[in-house]
Amino acid sequence: MIRPDAPLLLEIRDLHARVEDQPILKGVNLTLRAGEIHAVMGRNGSGKSTLSKVLAGHPAYTVTAGSVTYRGADLLELDPEQRARIGLFLGFQYPVEIPGVSNLEFLRVATNARRAERGEEELDTFAFEDLVRERLKVVQMDPAFLERSVNEGFSGGEKKRNEILQMALLEPLVAILDETDSGLDIDALRIVAEGVSQLAGPDNATLLITHYQRLLDLITPDYVHVMAAGRILRTGGKELALELERTGYDWVDQELANLEATSEREPVEVA
Amino acid sequence: MPAVALPATADWLAALAGEPLPGRRQEDWRFTDLAPLQAVAPQLWAGPDPFAHVVLPAGVTRLDGAEIQALADPILHATGSATAWPVRLNQGASPHGLALRVSGAAGPLQLQLDAGDGPGLLALQLLLVLEEGASFELLVRHASRGANATSLVTLVQLGRGARLNLGVLAAGDARASLLSHLAISQAPASELQLTTAVGGWGLSRLEPRVCQLEGAAQTRLRALQLVDGQELADTHSQVSFGGPEGELDQLHKVVADGAGRSVFNGAVRVPRQAQQTNAAQLSRSLLLSERARVDTKPELEIVADDVKCAHGATVSRLQQNELFYLQSRGIAADQASKLLLRGYCEEVLRELPAAAAACHPLQLLLPERP
Repeated sequence: MIRPDAPLLLEIRDLHARVEDQPILKGVNLTLRAGEIHAVMGRNGSGKSTLSKVLAGHPAYTVTAGSVTYRGADLLELDPEQRARIGLFLGFQYPVEIPGVSNLEFLRVATNARRAERGEEELDTFAFEDLVRERLKVVQMDPAFLERSVNEGFSGGEKKRNEILQMALLEPLVAILDETDSGLDIDALRIVAEGVSQLAGPDNATLLITHYQRLLDLITPDYVHVMAAGRILRTGGKELALELERTGYDWVDQELANLEATSEREPVEVA
Repeated sequence: MPAVALPATADWLAALAGEPLPGRRQEDWRFTDLAPLQAVAPQLWAGPDPFAHVVLPAGVTRLDGAEIQALADPILHATGSATAWPVRLNQGASPHGLALRVSGAAGPLQLQLDAGDGPGLLALQLLLVLEEGASFELLVRHASRGANATSLVTLVQLGRGARLNLGVLAAGDARASLLSHLAISQAPASELQLTTAVGGWGLSRLEPRVCQLEGAAQTRLRALQLVDGQELADTHSQVSFGGPEGELDQLHKVVADGAGRSVFNGAVRVPRQAQQTNAAQLSRSLLLSERARVDTKPELEIVADDVKCAHGATVSRLQQNELFYLQSRGIAADQASKLLLRGYCEEVLRELPAAAAACHPLQLLLPERP
């Protein structure tokens, strides 16, 4: 839902980032307002996942230029845990398995960290069980998964449901879902998409990072951005995703080539 | 503070064992400094017999003296244990003994073997005979609060189709030593689960030796050893298959902090007659300090050609991707590290016999990181 007067949640300006010595992001600009659903599409290696990890504060990535403002504050100054506590959520493309750590305990500690930040009282094990059982319905997840170790031995679909369950518990203001649709069969995809749709509301924003149109058949984005070579090449409405599905990404190469040719022709400024 | 060896103790221990203390020139003891053992007063531990008041559950009876030697010898022979130095030491130290026969589905048992703060060497011997089809769950708890040494030799015979869940939970003292030798023979169709969790000892040396007499049995080994300060923990395991279709699933985990040292040597012997053996061994070590040291070595002797034998060893710090995952959910880095460390240990601790839960093994073994 696009409302020009909706509060600004996330503003990314000319963001550059590298991993080791490899520049990946080369000037990303993106603005998310409350109530909006954005989709970022692009080929493998275009920088989509890097963008999500940089926003969440992954230590392997270094921001070299640009800014990210979250509700008026400098997001890049904050530790990953602090970003999560104030309402930024990253749904992982490959949720991490943590043997020996109970999923229920993990969910409770995470939920309480977010609640403490919001000035709400921490939930004890009993109160939390009530909450988690209610939220399980969002993703139609079997309570048995609460008793297991975090993501250990979960199927691809179960892992993604567990991600959306975490989102349902943490109630983020900005949710970035990195290829949440990858590795899902049709039923799991539908359940996950319904969960995301239920959680998207007028006060939060969602950034879907995806390779394919099929997730966008189930969740209608307000904006579609096409990413290539570390920047956003084109932005449009949902019809842009359909066009991509039809024509593929070949035009991207052409556009990139043009862009690079232009930049080579640009005169060098002499001081 | 490093233990100070008493010269008299080395002589006394050698006299008990009938041979000198093992030294660095012996391959099996290459990394294992016995200084904490030599810092113990040269005397037998003088406290009461820890086996004296054991109340036996249904299905478990005491073996009488005449049977004991006849049952013990074949087990020692099958596992090649008779010549092991810790076994010789134990036998020379007139151990307190407990010898049990288990039939049918017996109730669980817990043995508390606490050397307390008394000085000297506490020598104990345990013999378990599980009859055909019997099942039993035993938790052995070791503890110490002083400069002493505990030597336990456990001999187990598993009859056909018998099932044993044996746990060893040993939270020690930086001045104390633990020598635990386990010799276990398995008849076909028997199932052994052995879970050991050891931490806090100046020196610990575990020697589980399992022999599947004719193969076709299942052996599941789970181990966790923790070292911190100047501690040394050593596990030398050995599993041998005397016939075809045996299974082994072994996981050995280490947490090494401070200037602690961990040693693992995992021998698996698959001779020609042990075709269709399926064995997997994994050694995982977590290094939490620059000064800690881990030596880990699989030792596979495979002669049979139609077998599956997998092995692997990893030594790492806490996984960055796991830490980041927890942090990205609002969990602070130090709390995330604690959760991961606990989880790492829990993977083994949760397999201890059910009785272990009541004594909170995690708090026992990681006292400073609740």
